[in-house]
Amino acid sequence: MDSAFSAADLSAIWLTFKLATVVTFILLLIGTPMAWWLARTRSGWKGAIGALVALPIVLPPTVIGFYLLVMMGPDGPIGHLTQSLGMGLLPFTFTGLVIASVFYSLPFVVQPLQNAFESIPERALETAATLRATTLDTFFSVVLPLAKPGFLTAAVLGFAHTVGEFGVVLMIGGNIPEQTRVVSVQIYDHVEAMEYGSAHWLSAGMVVFSFVVLLLLYTFNPTGRRK
Amino acid sequence: MIRACFKLTRPEFTLDVDTQLPGQGVTALFGPSGSGKTTLLRCIAGLERASGSLHVDGVVWQDENTFLPVHRRPLGYVFQEASLFPHLSVRANLEYGYKRIPPVERRVQLEQVVDWLGLGQLIGRGDPAELSGGERQRVAIGRALLASPRILMMDEPLSALDTASKQDIIPYLERLHHELSIPLLYVTHALDEVVRLADHLVLLQQGRVIASGPLGETLARLDLPTAHFDDAGVVIEAVVAQHDEAYHLTRLEFSGGSLWVGRVYQPPGSHVRTRVLARDVSIATTAPQGSSISNILAARISEIRDEGADKTLVRMTLGNEHVLLSRITRRSCDLLDLFVGRHVFAQVKSVVLTT
Repeated sequence: MDSAFSAADLSAIWLTFKLATVVTFILLLIGTPMAWWLARTRSGWKGAIGALVALPIVLPPTVIGFYLLVMMGPDGPIGHLTQSLGMGLLPFTFTGLVIASVFYSLPFVVQPLQNAFESIPERALETAATLRATTLDTFFSVVLPLAKPGFLTAAVLGFAHTVGEFGVVLMIGGNIPEQTRVVSVQIYDHVEAMEYGSAHWLSAGMVVFSFVVLLLLYTFNPTGRRK
Repeated sequence: MIRACFKLTRPEFTLDVDTQLPGQGVTALFGPSGSGKTTLLRCIAGLERASGSLHVDGVVWQDENTFLPVHRRPLGYVFQEASLFPHLSVRANLEYGYKRIPPVERRVQLEQVVDWLGLGQLIGRGDPAELSGGERQRVAIGRALLASPRILMMDEPLSALDTASKQDIIPYLERLHHELSIPLLYVTHALDEVVRLADHLVLLQQGRVIASGPLGETLARLDLPTAHFDDAGVVIEAVVAQHDEAYHLTRLEFSGGSLWVGRVYQPPGSHVRTRVLARDVSIATTAPQGSSISNILAARISEIRDEGADKTLVRMTLGNEHVLLSRITRRSCDLLDLFVGRHVFAQVKSVVLTT
């Protein structure tokens, strides 16, 4: 039996943690206004946008990875843009992986937020307005506290789902140490190399991590306890 | 003074209102459901956007170029259900609006509101969900008042409460009526709330104002739907004149005469509001002798209007400003040969004290 984690394993764990943190942060930033819009709009576009956001739930990650690869590639629109900005090409870079992961995990952040926002009665917002609160003030003093369980769920699911991605990473990130080699890819490498012991350590680590995260979420999130 | 002119078209409903509401006292916006009373209130608050204009004490809240957002309108709004913020304590709920206005504009203090609404026992409570419906509504009213509004608006504040809670909260509303110098716009479909609280009555029907005037005058009009309610009648403001301890009665005096009622526990000189229902008033053409009815008032018929096939509504004036309504059969009206201008005697079988 090998020692628990090799340097490459630790590097993969660190990279995964970094990726999931950055992606979760970005997703909360862009997911909040999207979820707010989806929860409150009466626009006819609501269905179409909602379906678009939910696509990554049903699509094979390889499909998402494939299209992102094409779009970010030298002949894709995003590739043209990044090249003209002097950023080079995004595939097989950490930045590329972040962008891909944001798409991939989007619904896991937007949907809990949307549910949380939808459960806040219009009346609460109206009440705040009649008590002199501006829209922004209302968001921070009423919406945010009432939607706290939704934010917690969204952050945890966004983080955990990013940690668990594999197909998208393979398509867009490849397997570059300290750049794109995340835990799931590292496990794949170990198995390819018949290093089942190392694969076990990482895999079991993932199982424990995921279980603990979900356990904490289900134990401490006050969803449904409020009258 | 509030001058409101609104047009709002919805698929099944049109609001078309051009009216003036008094700048003081309690104005009841009254009508059946779907008459537009809540919509009108929401338009005044800015919660609903209708085309038109709104001036409050000469200040433009809305016209062609202006639409003051809700949070910039100095109003207090009490919704049908109390809508306290569930994540805030009772105290934090009360202080929500108070904290959001500049200190110099704060004209109402927490202690005052606690006193007016009897919130002393409630203010230390943490979770508003633990309060009863009536208590929550009192906190909501206090919270609205603490934002130092120029107008207080209430949208059927009692309709979600059970009868006992209603009876508990009405005295607080009556107290506010005396304490506040700002107008209160009060939406309701319950006539008993109107006669207890209102000074001014605005009657709505199918999105239009069909009548607007002082409560007593408006309720005494025979051309309005209120005259055909089973509990149609007039409101008379009277003064406690004398107590008869032997028979446990009290005499109330008003400019049109006086009325004996069951013992009132208020000292002579107090103002009370009474209600005389049309069905409790009968008419005699000569002064009745040997009647068990002790309240017999000399009156003059001012209007007669048939109501359905069998009933007639008669309006009589008492003195200069007071009126009575009487609902009698059409046959009695013909047999007695009643006509406008005739002097008669109104026999009042019962008087309802509303305060």
